Amino acid sequence: MVTIGAIIYEPGSSIRNKTGSWRVFRPILDADKCIKCENCYIFCPEGAIQEVDGKFTINYDYCKGCLICVNECPVNAITKVREGK
Amino acid sequence: MCKVKVITGTSAAAEAAKLADVDVIAAYPITPQTTCVEKLAEFVANGELDAEFIKVESEHSAMSACIGASATGARTFTATASQGLALMHEMLFIAAGMRLPIVMMNANRALSAPINIWNDQQDSISQRDTGWIQFYVEDNQETLDTILQAYRIGEHEDVLLPVMVNLDGFILTHTVEPVTIPSEENAKAFVGVYEPKHAYLDPDRPITQGCVGVPECYMETRYAVEKAMENAKKVIKEIHDEFAEKFKRSYGNGLIEEYNMENADTVIVAMGSVCGTIKEVIDRLKEKGKEVGLLRVRCYRPFPAEDIAKALKDAENIAVLDKNISLGINKGALYLDLASTVRDKKVVNYIVGLGGRDIRIEDIEKIISHVEVAKDGETAWIGLKE
Repeated sequence: MVTIGAIIYEPGSSIRNKTGSWRVFRPILDADKCIKCENCYIFCPEGAIQEVDGKFTINYDYCKGCLICVNECPVNAITKVREGK
Repeated sequence: MCKVKVITGTSAAAEAAKLADVDVIAAYPITPQTTCVEKLAEFVANGELDAEFIKVESEHSAMSACIGASATGARTFTATASQGLALMHEMLFIAAGMRLPIVMMNANRALSAPINIWNDQQDSISQRDTGWIQFYVEDNQETLDTILQAYRIGEHEDVLLPVMVNLDGFILTHTVEPVTIPSEENAKAFVGVYEPKHAYLDPDRPITQGCVGVPECYMETRYAVEKAMENAKKVIKEIHDEFAEKFKRSYGNGLIEEYNMENADTVIVAMGSVCGTIKEVIDRLKEKGKEVGLLRVRCYRPFPAEDIAKALKDAENIAVLDKNISLGINKGALYLDLASTVRDKKVVNYIVGLGGRDIRIEDIEKIISHVEVAKDGETAWIGLKE
């Protein structure tokens, strides 16, 4: 059901509307190589990289596969694979 | 107490915006609209109108500011013409898609090139698919009356769409006519206070506007605008009738106006100020015992197809006058819409008055005698030099 003018009246609608389906490439984080520099976390334009108990994970529900994290990781802990492979 | 002032069309539009007690005006001056926003700037400056007048650097910004203002729940007005309206083009879709009941006066003027400041209706016709309700008025009084009605129509909960009130550049914008101006009290009682229920700015009720419409929902939003257009036909008639009862001035049924249609085999279909000339010709012919009718399309979007088909059911020769041209098909927009509505009749298209070319009484007479012998679907350019 679309509202008049497509207005969103409730906060948090992005919990329902997952946007990760646009992804062509999937970034894969190797936790063993990760030095916890936070570069990927800082540069992720979608806030799809989360830090939980000092460990970094990628939330694939919202990651759109821009691969900025792959580019920014100084120790090459994040690599890319094509989606669906 | 109402009073009669002898004013131009742009002044009539400014008076209407003042009577509607608008909250925000954002506009950029462009010929032949300028005097409308000059007048409004004057009203705001001397304290006659309590509104924000936003001076912007272009029409794109003017419409953007109006969208922002309307999205907070403010009653909003702007005015433009020709190239200015064209510059607003992408923002017009946004105003309609966000369902913001902005009211705009447009002074109909030709588009470049060559540079031409005079009247035709190509500018607003080119915006017909943006989701704006479009009115084409015949005189200055109707300009004022239609803008007052426009706020009621646009803000109606079954509609919630922006409304464009088009008046012919110079022919109406710069010609003075006696205009009855309703009292502030009566106008306010009619227009009422806008209480936005869908788009507002309220820290206690946060909302997100102008969000992304993914393929899963975009089509439904466009369909919703189409339904609102459909609803608008009924609302326009109702509000027109309410206005007519209250102010004793009416314009057909609000969507179309029929003039001398009872016994007429030949009917002219037209929009805007040229209808005044056509009525004059019809009266002269009537004296000579010849019956010709006029069907004035007052509301062009939503297109009153059912009303038009009903009004033309007995007509034999239909002449559609267009002050615009869809290049590459050699037809005007009104003809194309009407031909898809009235399929079993002879309909002939006349391209008239482009770029301010006068449409004289002789031209109308020529059209009337031509349509009676013309073939269905023909197009004739009237007054075109060899």
